[in-house]
Amino acid sequence: MTDTTSSQPAPIEIPEGVWSQPAVNMSAVADLESVEAVRSVRAFASMTYDYTPGLATTRFLRAIKEKRLVGERCSETGKVYIPPRGVSPVSGLPTTEQVELGLDGTVVSFCVVNLDFTGNAQEIPYVSALILVDGSDIPIYGLVREIPYNEVQPGLRLKSVWVEDSELTTSFENIKWWAPNGEPDVPASDLADYI
Amino acid sequence: MRDVAIIATAQTKHVRAATATNEVEMIQPVIQEVIERSGVDRHGFDFTCSGSSDYLAGQPFSFVMTLDAVAAWPPISESHVEMDGAWALYEAWVKIQTGHADTALVYSYGKSSPGDLPRVLSRMTDPYYEAPLWPSSVDIAALQARAAIQAGVTSEQAMADIAYRSRTSAAANPFAQLTSSAQPSALMDEEYLADPLRRHDCAPITDGGVAIVLAAGDKARSLCSRPAWIRGIDHRADGHHLNFRDLTTSPSVSIAAEKAGVANGPIEIAELHTCFTHHEPILRSALGLGDDVEVNPSGGPLAANPMMAAGLIRMVEVANRIHSGEVSRGVAHATGGHALQHNLIAVLEGEG
Repeated sequence: MTDTTSSQPAPIEIPEGVWSQPAVNMSAVADLESVEAVRSVRAFASMTYDYTPGLATTRFLRAIKEKRLVGERCSETGKVYIPPRGVSPVSGLPTTEQVELGLDGTVVSFCVVNLDFTGNAQEIPYVSALILVDGSDIPIYGLVREIPYNEVQPGLRLKSVWVEDSELTTSFENIKWWAPNGEPDVPASDLADYI
Repeated sequence: MRDVAIIATAQTKHVRAATATNEVEMIQPVIQEVIERSGVDRHGFDFTCSGSSDYLAGQPFSFVMTLDAVAAWPPISESHVEMDGAWALYEAWVKIQTGHADTALVYSYGKSSPGDLPRVLSRMTDPYYEAPLWPSSVDIAALQARAAIQAGVTSEQAMADIAYRSRTSAAANPFAQLTSSAQPSALMDEEYLADPLRRHDCAPITDGGVAIVLAAGDKARSLCSRPAWIRGIDHRADGHHLNFRDLTTSPSVSIAAEKAGVANGPIEIAELHTCFTHHEPILRSALGLGDDVEVNPSGGPLAANPMMAAGLIRMVEVANRIHSGEVSRGVAHATGGHALQHNLIAVLEGEG
């Protein structure tokens, strides 16, 4: 714990009457009246956790290390979820059937990011998109590159761009970004269920 | 007041660490089981309420991911409390009282294994004066146990007897984590974990969950042959700061017990949220329970303590014994915070 009282910003001026408290009676403690009031205390806290991906996400992560995308199907609706969490959010039942998906996808929605809130991880502007991986029924987030940002639109066909095979791990970061695959755009009407 | 009853229950087999499953995979079978037992259609609940804590998983909005297990599409009326599931039940009970629901699904769960639980629980203390000292849940309980021993409320021997009785009772509980104990005399030979607490005085660290279904009036009677009616329910809190309180008593339990009507009839069993052995004499006294009342026949939290679920499980254990006809009237207690700070009391009864 570190007290960084001295480096704190000045308190915000609050209009009269918005917030008031009775004056604190400090007469019981000698000399307290004359010292500077503590305006804030910064108490650092950190805790360490083990992350348990679970059965379905573990299957997904094992596959992604082999450069494969594997979703899981809802037994009631037939919908395929990626990354799978083990339960279908529509039926509430376990997803038990693994489904091999394609490595290409389609832009469902996107946004052009003009604000550097990732700490220079990407040069702005860049495009963050919701991408429907071939064979799945729910879009995932991805970075779209190798195309001017003002040419990205829903229906754009993409391929996934992966790290070198030697760098593959059990991580979504195996996919560096997504880039146009040259196929014709998918009509917007085909994407209605995914927006 | 509308008549509201627990009509179905289910819980996990509680374990020290459910390392294979994530939270939704852990709780989904329990939710599916309670829905099937209740006879209510999966998409037919008027209200759904859950209890869990992001601090256990170390993951923000972790409860949202477990909503996958309740078939939340098309959209449902749903709520969540960052509290033990007993308070999720309370919210559902209020919802039914307002007339906005006749049936409710309530579940709660906790995976304590990802983090260092006593340290995680230190984050419940006030952020200015106590939290920076990182007092663990066991440290705080030890302060309370010492105060209780000095006040003559209990003794280390009595605490060892409670540990022994609880864990041997749990041998008959198929869901319990700890189901045996050394003799009290042997327990007394163990080293202190935090003086005056020994390991046996502390509830185990547990992963697990629980689910129940509530229904009102004739709906409950049509779905369950012997509903466990909630005849009284109330919750009260003592001061947050430890030094605002006399740790050897629990005024909030006494007030909640009076409001819930504990003394309005004979109590056959009591399931109490005793995370530490010394909680039992404090709660017995605050509830006004006679020496003949059986406490924690399930083994209680000393035998299985899934955080955020162990309080609701107390209500389940009483309800199960009413459903089976074993008892007609019992009291369930749930607690939140350190050293029995916030307490919920429910009186459950069977008919006829």
